[in-house]
Amino acid sequence: MESNGVVSIGVDSHEVHVLAVDDSLVDRKVIERLLKISACKVTAVDSGIRALQFLGLDEQRKSSESDDFVPGLKVDLVITDYCMPGMTGYELLKKIKESSTFKEIPVVIMSSENILPRIDRCLEEGAEDFIVKPVKLSDVKRLKGYMTTRDVRAGSQENRELNVNGNGGGQGGGVGINNKRKLEEASDISSSPPSNSSASSPSSISSSQSPSSSPMSSPGMLDSPIRRIKMTGTE
Amino acid sequence: MDQLQRKLRDYEAAMFQQGFLDDQFSQLQKLQDDSSPDFVIEVMTMFFDDSEKLLNNISRALEQIPVNFKQIDAYVHQQKGSSASVGAARVKNICATFRSFCEAQNRDG
Repeated sequence: MESNGVVSIGVDSHEVHVLAVDDSLVDRKVIERLLKISACKVTAVDSGIRALQFLGLDEQRKSSESDDFVPGLKVDLVITDYCMPGMTGYELLKKIKESSTFKEIPVVIMSSENILPRIDRCLEEGAEDFIVKPVKLSDVKRLKGYMTTRDVRAGSQENRELNVNGNGGGQGGGVGINNKRKLEEASDISSSPPSNSSASSPSSISSSQSPSSSPMSSPGMLDSPIRRIKMTGTE
Repeated sequence: MDQLQRKLRDYEAAMFQQGFLDDQFSQLQKLQDDSSPDFVIEVMTMFFDDSEKLLNNISRALEQIPVNFKQIDAYVHQQKGSSASVGAARVKNICATFRSFCEAQNRDG
């Protein structure tokens, strides 16, 4: 476990902080528990506007102020419902990706409806993944993978933000989120071994046949939203 | 006490068998542990409160003239979502049927 040499603000440096956004009280409670049991710190809010406020991106702040603004805890992942009154999850996603400060934060969209064009639109806008509700433990486990990968990538770039997961240390560096958008890049990622599997087979990663036992392999991440669609079939 | 526990287990098994509960409820049970011993009860209580409010809203909306099907559909969508999240399979399925009635603007349905 190597640290990047970055100091954390009184937070256990190995815990990730997730911002969960959902207008349903029941869903908020469930997702909060799912995340906590997976060793994440959680902040749950009931709307996109509140999420932006928490991040410091709300309209009330001028952009110059938000540069200095540091939320109480650094956010490592945003997970948001799609259908919400006021601001949809898609709109929230866009706002986050448009922000220079926060566009690197992975955003995951959840929806009870399995609508392919919707999923595509979200992925195109930069969503890390799309989860069909109801959310299960296995979904959250997969999410944790994104945060690790991202932190390693961010760690190798500018280090001004605090890295919560300093223990990245050579795990799949350089994978980034681009593999989410461009499916054809899957075969190019053979250079970066999957982070968690002990037996890394770098050159044999082909996009279509990724085993589900190693969720960290890049094609696995690519396949996951699609696989989920196939599994749930038509609602 | 054991008898009660056994009855509870049987009842729970029946709920699964008869399709009232589905796998998502098992997921919730997995999330309960010593650090959160009342998790399932808490969620279910929230679910019942939530459902009660939604059902009231739906009844009131059905009494309006003309019926605002879009609004009702939105309520039912919420109901469907929360029942899916807690594993209330039958409720969820009924919501699906309900929504098709809304789409057809079929008040009697």
